[in-house]
Amino acid sequence: MRRPWARAAAVQAACVAITLFMAVPMYLIALAALSSRESLNRFPLPLLPTDLSTETMSAFLRSTGVVPAFLNSLQVGLGTLVLSLLVGVPAGWALARYAFRGKEPYQLFLLLTRALPIVVLSVPLAKVFLTSGLYDTTYAVTLLHTALALPTTVLITAAVFVGVPRDQEEAAMIFGATPVQAFLRVVVPQALPGVAAAAMFAFVLSWNEVLGATILTLNQRTLPAQVLSTLSDSPLAYRFAGGLALVLPALLFIALMRRYMLNMWGATLR
Amino acid sequence: MAEVVVRNLVKTYAASAHRATDDVSLEVADGEFVVLVGPSGCGKTTLLRMVAGLETPDSGTVHIGGRDVTGLPARQRRVSMVFQSYAIFPHMRVRQNIGFGLAMRKVDRQELERRVQRAAELLQLEDYLDRFPAQLSGGQRQRVAVARAIVVDADVLLMDEPLSNLDALLRLQFRTELKKLVRQLGTTTLYVTHDQAEAMSLGDRVAVMRDGRIAQIGTPLAVYDRPDEQFVGGFLGAPPMNFFPAQVRLRGADPQLVVGEDTWPAPAHLKAYADRSVLVGVRAENIQVTADPPATGPGAQPGWSAAVVEVVEPTGAAVLLTVRLDEHQLKVQAPPGFPARPDDTVWLRSAPEMLRFFDPETSLALVTT
Repeated sequence: MRRPWARAAAVQAACVAITLFMAVPMYLIALAALSSRESLNRFPLPLLPTDLSTETMSAFLRSTGVVPAFLNSLQVGLGTLVLSLLVGVPAGWALARYAFRGKEPYQLFLLLTRALPIVVLSVPLAKVFLTSGLYDTTYAVTLLHTALALPTTVLITAAVFVGVPRDQEEAAMIFGATPVQAFLRVVVPQALPGVAAAAMFAFVLSWNEVLGATILTLNQRTLPAQVLSTLSDSPLAYRFAGGLALVLPALLFIALMRRYMLNMWGATLR
Repeated sequence: MAEVVVRNLVKTYAASAHRATDDVSLEVADGEFVVLVGPSGCGKTTLLRMVAGLETPDSGTVHIGGRDVTGLPARQRRVSMVFQSYAIFPHMRVRQNIGFGLAMRKVDRQELERRVQRAAELLQLEDYLDRFPAQLSGGQRQRVAVARAIVVDADVLLMDEPLSNLDALLRLQFRTELKKLVRQLGTTTLYVTHDQAEAMSLGDRVAVMRDGRIAQIGTPLAVYDRPDEQFVGGFLGAPPMNFFPAQVRLRGADPQLVVGEDTWPAPAHLKAYADRSVLVGVRAENIQVTADPPATGPGAQPGWSAAVVEVVEPTGAAVLLTVRLDEHQLKVQAPPGFPARPDDTVWLRSAPEMLRFFDPETSLALVTT
């Protein structure tokens, strides 16, 4: 007979397990990146920070192309975020509010675009960008990442807008709002958490994307592309440093956006 | 404060073949409370939304206060609306919700607060002004929706089934409060409901709608007591009006109704319909019922028919009997405590002036002169 506390304990255990699954690798990466190079060669590896040094990280950051690559990644990430919201939010709105012919096939089509392997797509894309002169620019990568992020952005924002009942907009219009005012004053505040989630998804997707970025760029590399190409021959320590540099900004971004997702009026989500 | 004049409104939704409103015309006098009632799909909500400006008619006009508003968007019509689902804004406090209409019209801050306070008092919401809708009960949210609608002092107040989402007890309580409130404000009101009891209790006039048309419009008692067609009689009243066929025969100069094997006295005006079948309509509360066989012979009251009891439903205030007269099922309202059990025989009679007559083919009430 399962007692209630047994079930609660099992849930807690599962939560702890999942947290560990995510947290332990990050901890190890951070530990390795912030230790001196020698400590990494010791066997067995110490699990507690004993020999902290910023030597590895500073060497990594100073090495060629890392800081520019970091800036490129940031630029591409934010560009993807803005572009996918600019296109995705109105598209999600149309899906949520209007019935049009081909709506169902359209939604299916959006999902299917993600079914194509990015490696397969990148080569013809590189050709297109070469001919149009956009090759090896952050714009090319931004466009690619936006195309990758759009399906999920559109579908998430559509779901978000469906969650705002249409009669609230109608009520706003009865009481004096123009359609635009109704959208801004009634729909947007309620849609913000969901749209923030979509934005976050777009940014993180762009930040982590490596294959497409590698193929489409040569000198204007994004950080993952840079790390992939230069660190495959590097000593172990620098790989950890690269890993930490990749994980940290994404974590920071999520931490920032979390506020928008959890801040609902009157109903607190912990 | 204004009158509403609707002329020949036609609306067909893209997806369907038949008209949602079929050439509907309606006049609501200044300060009048008119209720649109009818089964689902009869067009009452469509009509209301066209008056509100949320739907555009295919043809026809809407005038509010003498002004042609047919082409105007909702915000320019000086109307107010309460929605079935309340449609209050969850991201704003009650205070901002109520004051929304005033804020949109850029009303001065002090004036806005004063009016919001007054509306909140009218609806007993003073203690909840700083809460969010998520922290309110369904009934309280309903009050917020009504407060928001009355605070703007619109010309016309529109309500789309505002009580439907409340539980039965709250619905009754709020119905009374709403009637009192609207009477106090004196605003011209157009109210939509599918609940016929609500319609009868609230409206100065009731418009019964079916299939996009107004079947009958009149005071609650007029539409209840003298339905123009079978549908109206069958829609209003709980239980609905009973209908059964009968033949009109002349005995000498007086008309009589032949119901099955019995003869009932008929009102004099039926003389014009001698030797024809008619559809008789009579309400459950207008049928006399007795468990003892009536006296026969000279001087006895004529017009009793025997019927077999099928179901007995004691409702507390009365006993609702479902009886079978020949092959017709009738609902009869008996006094509380009436001694009847299923399969008992009871005797029914109805005074001629309580009977209503309809043409069996057209279902329209017979012209009585």
